[in-house]
Amino acid sequence: MHAIAEGLFTEETPPRLVGGRHRQTGRIVFPCPAGSDYEPYPLRRQGTLWSYTIQRYRPKSPPYAGSDSFEPWAVAYVELPDETIVESRLANVAFDAITIGMPLELIQIPFERSGAEPVLVHAFQPLSQPSGQPTGVSA
Amino acid sequence: MSDVCIVGIGIHPFGRTDGVSGLDQGVFAVRQALADAGVDWPSLQFAYGGSDAAGNPDTMVESLGLSGMQFINVRNGCATGGSALFSAQMAIKSGEFEIGMAVGFDKHPRGAFNAMPAEYNLPDWYGEAGYMITTQFFAAKAMRYMHEYGITSTSLGRVAHKAFRNAVHAPHAWRREEVPLDVIMDAPLVSDPFTKYMFCSPGEGGVALILASEKKARELGKPLIRLKAATMRTRPPGSFEVFAPSIDVVRGGSATRIASTDAFAQAGIGPQDIAVAQLQDTEAGAEIMHMAENGFCKDGEQEAWLAEGRTEIDGTLPVNTDGGCLACGEPIGASGLRQVYENVVQLRGDGGGRQVPGDPKTAYTHVYGAPGVSAVTILER
Repeated sequence: MHAIAEGLFTEETPPRLVGGRHRQTGRIVFPCPAGSDYEPYPLRRQGTLWSYTIQRYRPKSPPYAGSDSFEPWAVAYVELPDETIVESRLANVAFDAITIGMPLELIQIPFERSGAEPVLVHAFQPLSQPSGQPTGVSA
Repeated sequence: MSDVCIVGIGIHPFGRTDGVSGLDQGVFAVRQALADAGVDWPSLQFAYGGSDAAGNPDTMVESLGLSGMQFINVRNGCATGGSALFSAQMAIKSGEFEIGMAVGFDKHPRGAFNAMPAEYNLPDWYGEAGYMITTQFFAAKAMRYMHEYGITSTSLGRVAHKAFRNAVHAPHAWRREEVPLDVIMDAPLVSDPFTKYMFCSPGEGGVALILASEKKARELGKPLIRLKAATMRTRPPGSFEVFAPSIDVVRGGSATRIASTDAFAQAGIGPQDIAVAQLQDTEAGAEIMHMAENGFCKDGEQEAWLAEGRTEIDGTLPVNTDGGCLACGEPIGASGLRQVYENVVQLRGDGGGRQVPGDPKTAYTHVYGAPGVSAVTILER
């Protein structure tokens, strides 16, 4: 399975997200913007939950490309210390067990698409779990 | 420089009006505003018109009269109305014109806005994966704020409860029936922490404001409602905005904070001097956060403010006296102008069942939206 977009993840195992580091100011953002102002900057894999919500209705298509069947998912902002706060799905945690400040680590999960092959997207899961195995279970 | 005065106001009821285009709702509002000001269409020298999704505002000259007037279209996201108003007041302040208009209208389909990533310089995957959703941002921002400052879900409920209660008395509002607090709190969640009653909906509506120089306003014999400040600002470093794939670890200010600070500086007064405020309440959390971002209270004090009813019609600072976006919906081009319309009604003492007591002399409006813009006005009578 390939990633939803090129250049989102590093090629290593397990992969990291590729952010961008501003060549003049050092500001780190995600994803890495096109153009020459930012250089690719692999982000750390572990962080803490900064905030979150639950997406409880199917987003409009376009632009949403997910399958027609809909299950709510958790959307998080994950603080990667000294780098940036990245928006991501949360995986492998019950909605009522989500707490701000919880330690998290990056994984990849399959994203089921409408009329197309599934692709890998980024997600964070609670740190205590075995890492790296995409399960796709979010609740 | 002379003060700019608002001499006429008009509004097409917000909500859903099948069979009437957004543009025609704008025309309706203009005719009402002309009648209110006691002037005819050809006497207007210029117009700034805003719409996000309902067509080119200047095409309304076909309905209103081919007077040849200058008519400039404005499209500036959620600050569209505020930007039209800012531009209109500058046209008068500069001395170029004596009388003109700011008009805004919109007509959005049902359901959440479906913004496209490319419009915001974001990669396609961001939309495909389901992040291009305004409600996610509002919910995540509120969730963090509640965690940091001890705001409870009950306070969110109180904001929505107040909105529908106030709207009962606002003929232009969309949702005009009181909803009990427990019904609001127990309703299905849309995006945690918000239930379905705590989010506003994209909708329809139109608002027109006729502006004039102080000299012209005196000639018209209208009560002098002065536009003491109108600011529109974009975001500073470290802010947290709609459609943000990442945000800075070092937290900064917000577009709202700088628009607000600059508006108070222009008007020469402070938050404590404001008698009534309309604050962007895209959802219940936004009203709470914007109370602090606009300088009316410190972060966290909203919990006590709401419990004590300080933002009710008869409170120390009535907020969203016509029910705000929660009860009126959000037709983007008209929404910010609706807030100013409501403040003119309040300053004239025409609010009826929602009239703020004590003869208010100062009024404040605030809008916020993607991709990190804010517009503020301060009116004085």
